[in-house]
Amino acid sequence: MSDDINVKPGLRESATFDRNTMTEIRRAAETGIYDIRGFGAKRKLPHFDDLLFLGASMSRYPLEGYREKCNTSVTLGTRYAKKPIVLDIPVTIAGMSFGALSANAKEALGRGASLMGTSTTTGDGGMTPEERGQSTKLVYQYLPSRYGMNPDDLRKADAIEVVLGQGAKPGGGGMLLGQKITDRVAKMRTLPMGVDQRSACRHPDWTGPDDLAIKIQELREITDWQVPIYIKVGATRTYYDVKLAVKAGADVIVVDGMQGGTAATQEVFIEHVGIPTLAAIPQAVRALQEMGMHRKVQLIVSGGIRNGADVAKCMALGADAVAIGTAALVALGCNHPKYEEEFKKIGSAAGFYDDYHEGKDPAGISTQDPELMKRLDPVAAGRHLANYLNVLTLEAQTLARACGKNDLRNLEPEDLVALTVESAAMANVPLAGTSWIPGKGF
Amino acid sequence: MCGIVGLYLKNKALENQLGELFEPMLIAMTDRGPDSAGFAIYGDEVPEGSIKLTLRHANEDYDWAGLAGKLKHELNVGVEWFNNSKVAIFKIATSDGIAEAFITENAPDVLILSAGQSIEILKEVGLPVNIAKTFNLKGMKGSHIIGHTRMATESAVTMEGSHPFSTGMDLCLVHNGSLSNHNRLRQELQREGIVFETENDSEVAAGYLTWRLKQGDTLNEALTNSLKDLDGFFTFTVGTRDGFAVMRDPIACKPAVMAETDDYVAMASEYQALTTLPGIENAKIWEPEAATIYVWERSSETGVK
Amino acid sequence: MKTINLAESTVRDLNQALHDQAIECTEREWEVLEPKGQHNIACGLDQNISVDIKGPTGYFCAGMNKKAHITIHGNAGQGVAENMMSGSVRVKGNASQAAGATAHGGLLVIEGDAGARCGISMKGVDIVVKGSVGHMSCFMGQAGSLVVCGDAGDALGDSLYETHIYVKGEVKSLGADCIAKEMRDEHIEELSELLNRAGVDEDVTAFKRYGTARQLYNFKVDNTAAY
Repeated sequence: MSDDINVKPGLRESATFDRNTMTEIRRAAETGIYDIRGFGAKRKLPHFDDLLFLGASMSRYPLEGYREKCNTSVTLGTRYAKKPIVLDIPVTIAGMSFGALSANAKEALGRGASLMGTSTTTGDGGMTPEERGQSTKLVYQYLPSRYGMNPDDLRKADAIEVVLGQGAKPGGGGMLLGQKITDRVAKMRTLPMGVDQRSACRHPDWTGPDDLAIKIQELREITDWQVPIYIKVGATRTYYDVKLAVKAGADVIVVDGMQGGTAATQEVFIEHVGIPTLAAIPQAVRALQEMGMHRKVQLIVSGGIRNGADVAKCMALGADAVAIGTAALVALGCNHPKYEEEFKKIGSAAGFYDDYHEGKDPAGISTQDPELMKRLDPVAAGRHLANYLNVLTLEAQTLARACGKNDLRNLEPEDLVALTVESAAMANVPLAGTSWIPGKGF
Repeated sequence: MCGIVGLYLKNKALENQLGELFEPMLIAMTDRGPDSAGFAIYGDEVPEGSIKLTLRHANEDYDWAGLAGKLKHELNVGVEWFNNSKVAIFKIATSDGIAEAFITENAPDVLILSAGQSIEILKEVGLPVNIAKTFNLKGMKGSHIIGHTRMATESAVTMEGSHPFSTGMDLCLVHNGSLSNHNRLRQELQREGIVFETENDSEVAAGYLTWRLKQGDTLNEALTNSLKDLDGFFTFTVGTRDGFAVMRDPIACKPAVMAETDDYVAMASEYQALTTLPGIENAKIWEPEAATIYVWERSSETGVK
Repeated sequence: MKTINLAESTVRDLNQALHDQAIECTEREWEVLEPKGQHNIACGLDQNISVDIKGPTGYFCAGMNKKAHITIHGNAGQGVAENMMSGSVRVKGNASQAAGATAHGGLLVIEGDAGARCGISMKGVDIVVKGSVGHMSCFMGQAGSLVVCGDAGDALGDSLYETHIYVKGEVKSLGADCIAKEMRDEHIEELSELLNRAGVDEDVTAFKRYGTARQLYNFKVDNTAAY
């Protein structure tokens, strides 16, 4: 998109039919298929930037940075699991599949997370030895497609995440186009090479929370009640979904807001289904509190987390930890400007590339092309991810100390104010400088 | 999201044991529905020209004798009644319309849970085992019974949101699943004069059947029409004066299993709810097919599809 | 032979005892009494042992089975042998919906009927059903074989990948991208071998073969009605 618009008299762009809209109409007319892409929602949404912390001054006392401790560790899965997961930092890596990502990228995620004492997560397509080998704490996703689902891997996992939905596409299944179904990916998924793979949106052998309770019991039985069972939902009817997840027996609930990324799905899905992450957290926390389960069933929040402020704000609203996907890929080198020339060759630009499903990623991350893959050094990229995770943690700690907290989880909604009426209403915190919370009492 | 159980006795000799046979069935479905439970029991019929109402008041010490006296006096009709926890069964020697109108006007805080010759609906919030105890389910007699345990999805956990829902004279419905078009349908039915107490999707299914039956549909026609007008996932069991009907949506993901012997026909969401029935080892067991209506009625002693 | 009565022991105790056999096999033959439709019986096994369950089971019996040989002397609930890897599971009665869902290997024999979605997303298991199967059976079947000696319900093999389907009786309707195919010698051989392994005596020539038309493997605009 060029930004040198010549504003001439008589030329006025329509806000309704802007250039993006018209481009999309032409694209649809030419191809006859909806636009498929990766990444999360690109439209402007109420987000954590609209919240501010109330640092300590007179009425509260701040903690000394670098000297006075501010705990960042969190234990997940204390409800039923014999071996809960202890994360050193409350930032974990969200599920991304081998298939969508290259083996090197998966390895780098494992390395980076392990360096920081946190967990990483498999994705739709099974567990690779590289990933298990490099991840000290690995969450195994249990998805509708069950590609590569293997009880041996299940028993090797440190936690199991039953995926009901994803913030980018609640109610929809995944999509992996033929270009990325290479020999290895095809074998892991038991698919013919080169087919377009449409993952299921519903689990094949259960539907609804009453059946899910039995499914969770099966997973616990198979793993002898050792590891935590997470339930991941895309943020929509979050208040009800969280309650049902608790009733179905979850140890941990993962709520993924609509800014959450994806490898590939319909653009119409990404931009028009779900609720912003900011809006989902208070609903989830309220559901947990009403059931007396807040902090007993831990809450992980994901979808558009970018910096330590986002982490701290999620925690203040009541999350126990956050998960990052897109941000982790950027830390590895996704969309890096050093590949600008190559992005141009495939009709994109650094910072704009979202055709993950085409498998041509110049950064070697969302690809299965052996030559492109080689560009990503898993050791160096893992180090970058660890650095980034460290910054997120330091930033979150800085904010927490400034609010007088010796533990990130002691941040409260009362430490926050909102800049906009929308964010005040969604986060259920007052508009800055006032005591007014729109629609107080939900 | 829930558990459903139903038991229809073919062998009249077992009618004294209906509650005893049914109680473990209901309790077996606790995991599927720990929030509330209820059942509709059929039997102890009142003669034609009389009506049996199940009434409920939030206060356990409600003055049912006073209400009965008033009915007797002002309508000049015979009234027999007994109460069970917060519920009272009134047998009134008049047509349903008159008695119901009287109660609605004179005791507006009394809820009418069911009306008919035979049906009694008993339901409460809480674990099935406690609800069975509250109403002394074990000691109940009758010809058939359907029950429900509820795991509330979107609407509140209340007595009103518990199943079974009355759908007309001697009719009620229990549901396992989740409807996806109930809000618009509720508005349309409200315009048709159907009254709803809750935001519950299952109540809309019940209201839909009530409306179709008022339009002159037979039960079979009403259920057939519901396949067209209701969207989402469901297994329904409908209690009728003479038996019950079972139907699943065209995708049929929500479970249902049936068992039949010379003595009874039973249905449940899961087989484990049937294991305490006598002779279950040798019963004919099968799953109802998608979008197919199964009806058992006294007039047709063997199961008909 | 070791006998565990589920009227006296919990499913948890049973499964732990069976799982312990993967570490050290002390008993090859197991018998489970009074299962009474309980869920998750004998799931996650990982040893070459035989388990005879004397009665009906609930959801996910023999789920994710590896190596073990499990016989259910009664009906099986939803998702029997789901995601099985190897070994075998035999249901003497009927099986509920999603039997053998997503299973990667091994042999599942159902001597009665199977409900809807039998073999949904199957990934290499062989399933032999002596009776009939319900609607949407073999939906998105990826690999392995489904043999049905009775009839098949609506939309058989919808969105099929490479699973081989053999049906002796009537097929109510075929799903998208599933077509009748010629029975060549190699298929007769495969079917004979499957029936033989399952211990089912049927006339191989009476079966018809169904498989994928491979028209939905890659997105085509003109196929949108099928999506």
